[in-house]
Amino acid sequence: MTKANLLLRRLTQAIRKLGAVTLFFVGMLQALPYAVRRPALVSRQVHNAGVLSLVIIMTSGFFVGMVIGLQGYDAFSRLRQEDLLGAGAALTLLKELGPVVTALLFAGRAGTALTAEIGLMRATDQISAMEVMAIDPMGRIAVPRFLGGVISVPLLTAIFNSVGILGAWFVGVQLMGVDNGAFWSQMQEYVETGDVNEGILKSVVFGVAASLVAVFEGYTAEPTAEGVGLATTRTVVITSVLVLILDYMITAFLL
Amino acid sequence: MTDAQADRPMIEVEDVRFSTAGRVIFDGMSLTVLRGRITAIMGPSGTGKTTLLRMITGQLRPVSGRVLVDGQNVPGLSRHELFALRRRMGMLFQNSALLTDYSVFDNIAFPVREHTRLPETLIRNLVLTKLQAVGLRGAAQLMPTQLSGGMGRRVALARAMVLDPDLLLYDEPFSGLDPISMGMVLRLIKVNNDVLGVTSVVVSHDVEEINQIADYCYVVSGGRVIGAGTPDELKRSDSELIRQFMSGAPDGPVPFHYPAPDYRQQLLNEGQRHD
Ligand SMILES: Nc1ncnc2c1ncn2[C@@H]1O[C@H](COP(=O)(O)OP(=O)(O)OP(=O)(O)O)[C@@H](O)[C@H]1O
Ligand SMILES: [Mg+2]
Repeated sequence: MTKANLLLRRLTQAIRKLGAVTLFFVGMLQALPYAVRRPALVSRQVHNAGVLSLVIIMTSGFFVGMVIGLQGYDAFSRLRQEDLLGAGAALTLLKELGPVVTALLFAGRAGTALTAEIGLMRATDQISAMEVMAIDPMGRIAVPRFLGGVISVPLLTAIFNSVGILGAWFVGVQLMGVDNGAFWSQMQEYVETGDVNEGILKSVVFGVAASLVAVFEGYTAEPTAEGVGLATTRTVVITSVLVLILDYMITAFLL
Repeated sequence: MTDAQADRPMIEVEDVRFSTAGRVIFDGMSLTVLRGRITAIMGPSGTGKTTLLRMITGQLRPVSGRVLVDGQNVPGLSRHELFALRRRMGMLFQNSALLTDYSVFDNIAFPVREHTRLPETLIRNLVLTKLQAVGLRGAAQLMPTQLSGGMGRRVALARAMVLDPDLLLYDEPFSGLDPISMGMVLRLIKVNNDVLGVTSVVVSHDVEEINQIADYCYVVSGGRVIGAGTPDELKRSDSELIRQFMSGAPDGPVPFHYPAPDYRQQLLNEGQRHD
């Protein structure tokens, strides 16, 4: 096969997949009422995707914050502006690192679990069994997990940011001797509502993207052990690349 | 129900053609399942018995031909109509297909909670009755992963019949069961049929067992029905094909092997190349 042919086939595959994802998303919207009438299903998924990710999010957040504290202190002290450390750390976390790193961690911790779980349900005929029982598996399985992710990611991002700022404070104020009052007052001075909103917007978009990829890959996984394994890998790869691309697009759009 | 409806067969499969992954599974497949009877479908492994059940439940669509259930053409139904029809069906899956994140009790209660507004106390009684019938009342609080294969199958059976459907499809209900459980499942299928008037379709390899309860049998091979009749008729059939199947001889007109190149030829060629 010639290179042009191969490229054309890849392109067709990509477009076809995009179409499949769109149809899947529309299918979930149609099944939305079913899940909304059963909030217990959704809260269970918020627990699975959100609460169970807390440890990894908080640990990572604290260490990322501490690194920002160190690097920020180093940079600002060259300019003799150590007092700005609080503002610098908060802006970095709120606008960029918080949403991005949380989404990447979410894909690795919760996204893979979602894909593997749904893929195994398909492989063991659980999804077929529901269909035969006249229960829509989209409403029962896909939508609650999707919503659980969409709700969890912004909340996890907020927690990541808070813990991260504490990490930066710990290194900057406690270890490096930045003035405690200056750390917080400069943060208040320079962080604006728009910065916070940018972070919230990103975390919501990333949450939708990461959850959609995870649920879609699981739902359409080939019903074999190998197929589920491949789908899980695809979840991490696709989400990671997608989040970084979306991050650039949102940033460029907002600036 | 009018007389015409009552006389109408529960399932009519008419000249169905189906292929998957480039392989033709059915070609000219036709059979009829009468209301209130136990109909057995037998045939070698891989002939498409599970596929046939999936077409009856509307999970797979034939390439051509009609699949009528209670007079409705299943492939032509809207999603809403299909779901309405499925509420009157129960299916026992070949691999149980229990929901792994629910306990045994909740698995059986699941379709009841979804489709009725019965109070929890009634649901409890209903579920325990069905569990008692399959001898697993004591296992109500176990999770599916804690069950053996045979136990899982019996739980799946309880789930399939919990809403007292009009039509029950059993995919290999006896495989992996000990003789006592097998006798119990046989009696259950019979009782469902005699007492509740359920129409039953039983896919099975266990010729001896199924012949004890079946009113009518179909033998499927090579994508179509190769023999039909009551168990006695089939045993006395003058077709060599049918007798081979009913007596379980490995060699005869019904191929035991999946289509393959000539055995001797392949072994001889093995040294030179791998197919
Ligand atoms: N997803 C699939 N992709 C490709 N081929 C399939 C698929 N599912 C089933 N088949 C093929 O369809 C044929 C019929 O399969 P089916 O499961 O209906 O057989 P069966 O009669 O139920 O066999 P058994 O008695 O072993 O359960 C098999 O030959 C199988 O190779
Ligand atoms: Mg089968």
